[in-house]
Amino acid sequence: MTTLSIRADRALLSGNEAIARGAWEAGVHVAAAYPGTPSTETLQALARYDEVDSRWATNEKVAVDVALGASLGGARAFAAMKHVGLNVAADTFMTASYVGVGGGLVIMVADDPGMHSSQNEQDTRLYARLGLVPLLEPSDSAEAKDHTKLAFDVSEEFDTPVLLRSTTRISHNRGIVPLEERREVPVRGFRRDPAKYVMLPAYARGRHPVILERLERLAEYAGELAVEEGTDTRVGIVTAGVPYQYVKEVAPDLRILKLGMSYPIPIERIRRFAETVDRLVVVEELEPFLEEALLAAGLEADGKAFFPRTGELSPDLVRDGLAALGVADPRPPIPDAPTTVTRPPLMCPGCPHMVPYWSIKRLGATVTGDIGCYTLAALEPLATMDTCISMGASIGMASGMAASGGSDEPVVATIGDSTFLHGGVPALMEAVYNDADMTVVILDNGTTAMTGGQEHPGTGTTLAGEKARAVDIPALCTAVGVEDLHVVDPYDVSATLRAIEQAMAYRGTSVVITHRPCVEAPLRVKDRPFEVIPDNCTACQLCMNLGCPAIVWTDEVFEGRRKVTIDAAMCTGCTLCAQLCPPRAIVPVEVHP
Amino acid sequence: MSARGVVLAGVGGQGVVLASAVLAEAALRSDFEVKQSEVHGMAQRGGAVVSHIRYGETVASPVVPLASADVLAAFEWAEALRWMPYLAPRGALVVDARRIVPPGACKDHRTWGVPYPAMDTATVAHRVADVLLIDASGIAASLGNPKTANSVVMGAVSRFLDIDDVAWEKAITRFVPPGTEELNIAAFHAGQEAGSVRPEAIPDLGLDPIQQRSYRIEVDHSWCKDCGICPTVCPEFCLAMDHAHRLVVVDEAACIGCRLCEALCPDFAIRISVGDPAVVSGGAP
Repeated sequence: MTTLSIRADRALLSGNEAIARGAWEAGVHVAAAYPGTPSTETLQALARYDEVDSRWATNEKVAVDVALGASLGGARAFAAMKHVGLNVAADTFMTASYVGVGGGLVIMVADDPGMHSSQNEQDTRLYARLGLVPLLEPSDSAEAKDHTKLAFDVSEEFDTPVLLRSTTRISHNRGIVPLEERREVPVRGFRRDPAKYVMLPAYARGRHPVILERLERLAEYAGELAVEEGTDTRVGIVTAGVPYQYVKEVAPDLRILKLGMSYPIPIERIRRFAETVDRLVVVEELEPFLEEALLAAGLEADGKAFFPRTGELSPDLVRDGLAALGVADPRPPIPDAPTTVTRPPLMCPGCPHMVPYWSIKRLGATVTGDIGCYTLAALEPLATMDTCISMGASIGMASGMAASGGSDEPVVATIGDSTFLHGGVPALMEAVYNDADMTVVILDNGTTAMTGGQEHPGTGTTLAGEKARAVDIPALCTAVGVEDLHVVDPYDVSATLRAIEQAMAYRGTSVVITHRPCVEAPLRVKDRPFEVIPDNCTACQLCMNLGCPAIVWTDEVFEGRRKVTIDAAMCTGCTLCAQLCPPRAIVPVEVHP
Repeated sequence: MSARGVVLAGVGGQGVVLASAVLAEAALRSDFEVKQSEVHGMAQRGGAVVSHIRYGETVASPVVPLASADVLAAFEWAEALRWMPYLAPRGALVVDARRIVPPGACKDHRTWGVPYPAMDTATVAHRVADVLLIDASGIAASLGNPKTANSVVMGAVSRFLDIDDVAWEKAITRFVPPGTEELNIAAFHAGQEAGSVRPEAIPDLGLDPIQQRSYRIEVDHSWCKDCGICPTVCPEFCLAMDHAHRLVVVDEAACIGCRLCEALCPDFAIRISVGDPAVVSGGAP
C-alpha cells in the first residue's frame, strides 16, 4: 500500500512504513533484510529512499552480517526480519552484542502474537535478555518512527546493537505520523580494533564485563524513557507496545507506566511507580517477561493470572482482565456469530505448486515440507505435507527421515526457490554428501511469493529493481553433486508426474525442479479463462483434487454427484484442470468478437 | 465523541485493504485521528480478510472492541456473518448480496451438501439497528465495471458515518486505479442511493444435500495386468499399486461412482456397481 500523505508534514503510515521513515530520518546508510510477515514492507518502504542502500539478503543471518559490517565501517545500519528470522541470525546477533558498533546498528524484529502467518509465537524480548542488548517497543506508528530514530542514537551512545520490537498489530496498523527531515550523519569510517572486533576467547573475555556495565547504564536510561500517566491509583499498570493502547481504550484514567525500552527492565523506576499505586499489574503480550523480573526483584506484581500468555491481546481480553481486577466494567454478553462457512487460505488459481503436490499425492510419499505458500498443500484437498518446521528444514529432515528407515514410502522434501537459497542449500549438500535416499522437489516460481513477491538472489533483480546476476539453481544442484536432476514445467501434468516418479525411483539424492513463474508476481498472469461444458461433465471430481479456488460445485447433478463450474473472473487459463479432465468437458471460453 | 469503529470484511483478492485505505484517508481528510488495523500474509488469496478502522477526536486501540463497531461492511454474505460479534447493537450491517463459495466447502462426498449459510437477513436483523443488503455487484455491473462493487458498498457505508462527500471523493480518487476515478465515484453515489434488496430476490444456490449412494469396485485380477492407469485417475484414491506393483482396492467406501477406472481400463477388468441408495439423515452441516 502506498504512503498516504495529506499534508506535507504528516502521513498515515503503517508501523513498517513508519519504521522505514524513522530509519531514513535518522540518516541510515545501509539496510538489509529477508522478507517475513509481518516485517516485509519495512525494507520495501526504505528502498524508496535513494539515500539508503537497501537490499534483500539471502537470509536473516546474512542481513545482520551485512548490517554489522556496515556499522563497523562507520555507517548507520539497519536489519529487519520476522521473529523467527532472529533465530537464523542469532549467531551473529549474540556476538554483535560483545563487539558493539561503529555507526548505529538497529535490528527490527516483528513478532507475530496469535501466529497470523507464523509457525510459532516466540517472544523476542527474551532474545534481548539472552544477548544483553537493549530493546525498544513502540505502541503505534508515530512511536514506531520516533523509537527507530532513538534506537540509532542509543546504539551509538551505548556502543550496542539495538533491538526494535514490533508486532503484527504495530507493523500492519496505520496511524498518523508527523514527518521530519533526514539528518545526514557522516560515515565514521572503519577503525581497526582487533580487541573489540575479533572475538578470540582472549578478547571476548575482556568484552563480557563491558557489556554488563553497559546494561546497568541502559537500565537507568530505560527508566528515563518510561512515561507515567493517569490518576486512578487502585491499580498501576506496567506495559509497553500495543497492549498500552488497549489499556488506554478500556480504562483511560488508570495509572500507567509505559515503558519505551522494555529491556533492560528499569526495575528501580518501576519500584518508585509501585509506591504510588495500590496494586501493581503487568499487561504484556506472550511471555511473563516483565512480570517475572518484577517478582524476582521482590516486587508484588500480577500479570498472567489476569491476561493470557498465548495469542494476541485485544481490547476485549484486556477488559476481561481489568474487570477481574475490579477496575473496568465487564464486557456485555455478546451473541456468537451466526453459523457460517469456514474459509481457510488457498493456493491461487493457476498456482504452479498445485501439480507437483497432486503428483506426489498420486505416487504416495512421506513429505517433509517447508515455509511458503506451498505449506497450504498440507490442507485438503492436496493434503500432501507431513512436516513443516522452519526455513529450509525440509531437506535435512528428509535426510534424517530416510536415515531412520521409518517411512514405508519414499521420502520427498518440498521447498520453494527462495527458501531453498535461504536455508536449503547446506542441507542439500549434507544429503548428497551422505548419500541420502530421498527426493527434493524445488518449487521454483521465481519469487518469494508468500510474503507478496519479493526478489531474491535467484530472480535476477535487486530490491532497487536493478538487474542482477541470478543464481542458476539447476547448476547449483549439479555443483553440489546431484546426479539425478530433472527440470520440468509444472503446467505439464504428465511430465511433472513422470519426473517425480523417476526421481523417487532413483537410489540416492535426486532433485526435481518445477520451474514456472508465480501467477501473482512479478506479473499477474491472466490468460484466456476456461469453462465447463455442463453436458460433458461427468462430475468425476478429478479436477477438484487440484485445490484450485476457481472450481466449485454447481446445483447440477450427474449420477448423484455434483458437477463443477469455473469462475471465469478467477481462472488464469493455466489449463491444468483441462489436462486432467477425462471427458474433455473443460475448454477455453469462447472469445466473442 | 468516542472513537467510531468500522469493520470491513471480505475474501482475499476482493479489495478489503484498498477499501479500508479509502475510508482511513477520508477520515484523515476530515481532520480526525485515525488508526487502521489489518492482518494479511497467510490470507493473501481466497481466505477471510478483515480490516478495522477507528477514527475520532482521539483513538487508542487500533482494533475495534467487540460489539462496538458502528458499521460492519461485508463484500460477501458469509463474511458478514463471521464478523457479526464486532457490530454494536446500535450499528449497521452493510452487505453485498453475493456469495463466494469456498472450494473447501465442496468436499462432502457423502451428502454432496455445501455448508454455505442461507442468505436470510432475519438471522441477523434482530441483533442490530440497520441491515442493508444491497446488490452492489449488480449495480456495479450496470454502471459498466463489476470491480467497482466495493465503491458501491462504501457509498452505502457512508450513510452511517459523519464524513462528507468531498473527503470521500478525494480519498477514492487517490486510491482507485488511474482512469477509473469517475466510475468509482459514480458507484459510490449509487451506493448512497441503493435500496435494500429482499433476500428472496436473490436465488439460493440450491446446493442442498442429495441422496447418498454406495458403490462396489470389482476387479477381475485374471484380466488385470497391473498397468497402473486406474490409480492415476481415481479422484478418491480408492485404488493403489502396492509394493509389488499389484493393483489393490484400498478404500471402496470412498468410491463416488465416477466410473473413470471402469471406462479407462484397457482390459475391461474393473466393474463399478451401484449399491442401494442410502438414506441420509440431516442436511448439510
